[in-house]
Amino acid sequence: MSAATARTDHDVPRPRRHGEDEGDPNQLGRGERPLSERGPAPTRIVVGYGFWIFLLSDFIMFSAFFAAYAVLVGETAGGPGGAELFELPYVAWETVLLLLSSFACGMAGVAVTARSRIWFQAAMLATGLLGFGFLVMEVLEFRHLIERGAGPDRSAFLSSFFALVGCHGLHVAIGLLWLGTMMAQVWAKGFREDIQRRILCFALFWHALDIIWVALFTIVYLFGAGSGIA
Amino acid sequence: MFGKLGWDSIPFDNPLPLVAFGAAVAGMAALGLWAWRRGHLPYLWRDWICSVDHKRVGVMYCLLALVMLLRGFSDALMMRSQQAIAMGNDGWLPSHHYDQVFTAHGVIMIFFVAMPFMVGLMNFAVPLQLGIRDVAFPTLNSVSFWLTAAGALLINVSLVIGEFAKTGWVVYPPLSELRYSPGVGVDYYLWGLQVAGVGTLLSGVNLVTTILKMRAPGMGYSRMPMFCWTALATNLLIVAAFPILTATLAMLTLDRYLGFHFFTGDMGGNQMMFVNLIWAWGHPEVYILVLPAFGIFSEVVSTFSSKPLFGYRSMILATMAICVLSFIVWLHHFFTMGAGADVNGFFGVSTMIIAVPTGVKVFNWLFTMYGGRIRFTTPMLYSVAFMVLFVIGGMTGVMLAIPPADFVLHNSLFLVAHFHNIVIPAVLFGAFAGYTYWFPKAFGFRLDEAWGRRAFWLWATGFVVAFMPLYVLGLMGMTRRLQHYDVPSWQPWLIVASVGAVMIAGAIGCMIVQLYVSIRDRDTERLKDVTGDPWDGRTLEWSTTSPPPVFNFASLPDVSHEEPYWGMKNRAKEESRLSERPDYEDIEMPKNSPTGIVTAFFATLLGFAAVWHIWWLVILGGLGAWATFVVFAWRDEVEYEIPADEVERRDRMRREGKAKMLDLPPEAVA
Repeated sequence: MSAATARTDHDVPRPRRHGEDEGDPNQLGRGERPLSERGPAPTRIVVGYGFWIFLLSDFIMFSAFFAAYAVLVGETAGGPGGAELFELPYVAWETVLLLLSSFACGMAGVAVTARSRIWFQAAMLATGLLGFGFLVMEVLEFRHLIERGAGPDRSAFLSSFFALVGCHGLHVAIGLLWLGTMMAQVWAKGFREDIQRRILCFALFWHALDIIWVALFTIVYLFGAGSGIA
Repeated sequence: MFGKLGWDSIPFDNPLPLVAFGAAVAGMAALGLWAWRRGHLPYLWRDWICSVDHKRVGVMYCLLALVMLLRGFSDALMMRSQQAIAMGNDGWLPSHHYDQVFTAHGVIMIFFVAMPFMVGLMNFAVPLQLGIRDVAFPTLNSVSFWLTAAGALLINVSLVIGEFAKTGWVVYPPLSELRYSPGVGVDYYLWGLQVAGVGTLLSGVNLVTTILKMRAPGMGYSRMPMFCWTALATNLLIVAAFPILTATLAMLTLDRYLGFHFFTGDMGGNQMMFVNLIWAWGHPEVYILVLPAFGIFSEVVSTFSSKPLFGYRSMILATMAICVLSFIVWLHHFFTMGAGADVNGFFGVSTMIIAVPTGVKVFNWLFTMYGGRIRFTTPMLYSVAFMVLFVIGGMTGVMLAIPPADFVLHNSLFLVAHFHNIVIPAVLFGAFAGYTYWFPKAFGFRLDEAWGRRAFWLWATGFVVAFMPLYVLGLMGMTRRLQHYDVPSWQPWLIVASVGAVMIAGAIGCMIVQLYVSIRDRDTERLKDVTGDPWDGRTLEWSTTSPPPVFNFASLPDVSHEEPYWGMKNRAKEESRLSERPDYEDIEMPKNSPTGIVTAFFATLLGFAAVWHIWWLVILGGLGAWATFVVFAWRDEVEYEIPADEVERRDRMRREGKAKMLDLPPEAVA
């Protein structure tokens, strides 16, 4: 009878200890037990899964801001609407920066797999610079709008616009802080297992911000500039 | 330098909160001094405050809830006494103070009593029931708890520095906007709840991951104990609903701090959007509170009826149905908004549909009891009282779900009676049942039964006396939140209600005596639990010792049916021997860490500074919290090892206890 089992109804593999590798994760049919009965998952899976759950909650928070924007998009209180304010080419360049930054972030992931510290730092630096460029463009856009008298206190429409886009920008800013921390950590400690898991979470976070931005670009900027609401 | 903060922020003209706060601080200081003199402080710091053990974090959550219950209940006593005498006069509480009292009562009871109590019980019991050693993210768990405590601290600081919100517990605009609430009360509410809300969300993420990814071998979804199922539903709701609260409160914050126009009366702001958003969180919140209680009742009823839970699978379906339906009923909180007959009709019907799975649950509990050998212990008494009283509350809920009836009853004391009729018998009695049920597991001794019964009877009768009159008053036309009134026929009912509040005060007194008596007599035969299974339990938490070792289980149990421990117990009885001794291995457990309390310290600074517009301190708090995380992430050793010998020693104690309980010969242990 194997060590850690108390029942003998059917012969079962020894339960895996926390973090122990299960072998090829693509072989789902392996073994006699259904997936749900194989005991605690390895740490890497648990961490990635938990972070996904967190990201879902973050998406829900954004959905509340999107909903508020949808309710208030027509409430310009006599002020300017999206068609007058949004400059699509400018926002398109922002989008390019953010998407390229995600590509660089993917490269950083490849560098982790290849255990190349230099390429990891280079890719993360590129990710960070592109993200920072995005953030600077966004802040300049905000400043431009406020100088034109189209700040968030002008109308409910602008309030919801600044909050939604600003919330995404705040996420990018926090992501940059995280990114710098990860670069420093890899520089100081190397690709330790827990650090690899954190890099995985960071990458998920960074790509998730892309998903939000794609929705934002479409719903706020494309719809707003195109349809001439208000 | 100090923003809006000055000496005039302290309400010297209103001595009551100052005295109460002073007494609380003096009490805590005395306790701290006593602990220091006895040399307990290092132990408290190392093994409790810095603990990342899910059991200890759970206990601390429950302790926070019990302390806050005293605060929230003293608010209730103030309101009941005020309304009992304020017929044709101003009573004894000035209106601006009374408004803070009813707001604080709601906020504290929901966010800092009901929530931490339920989260605490889930934290304590779920990993034990799942047969595992810890939650998915142990340090994050500690951070969650301390952030909740930080939120509670911010709300209580408002007693002596500044003021609290005077808006009611869901801070509807435009009243909560800067123009009509220029003070810091609403800001305390916003920052306190944001800080606590982050804690709650992280705790939700943690428990969802734990339940979905960390069950013991063999524990498939259809073998999880009912409490784990309701905990899963609850934490899914937390993950899905709390971000809406975060966003909504952030919008109100932007309105108040930066002149945004989300909910203002002018510039296109939409006040009804706030009401929609807050209830899109608020109604799932009701089920976040009540679903774990349903789980506790399921465990308690099954254990004390000595029968498996009736209709296990229908119970799971009912739980998940409630989980989903809870998101499509929010509009019944404001039928009077004027959304029109179609919309109101939809939400009225969806609300009534929720009564169906809830009814399934009630029948399942009744059928579990039917034909069982029932032991009327304190947790079982709470469960039975719950079934009776909850059905009454459910029926008045269905009445309120009828939009035309709701137009009459909206905002009246009938509504107040209804939701107290749900929250007290379901959530609070559930929490008390769980507290009594799992107390011996946490501390190794039972709570005194006699004082428990006294507390129960005073709670149950006190509840009826305090809240049934409010139904009558609601039908007589009395609206909620009245500081004074001039209808003589209301006063007798309000006096009866205040008598009920005094009875509940007696109940709380009995609970305090119960705790004292139980701790005093903890080593007596009567209370001590040497078997780890004081109630003849059925789920895995009773298979380990009381209190469990830090690693919970020497070897992860292997589960092959719905009631694994019941099966093990019966087999040991049949075969007159315990299961085979496993080969003990070293166990790695996460190291304790002060990350939680340090993060909470900086979060408190940040929240307090934001309330008072002390911007440099806001930045300092944020940087401090980040630095804390960096220090945590920089650790090289994150786990410590418990040697196999120690594991074996602890497991031998466990096996001896079980052998004694089952009357097995000594050789059955080896």
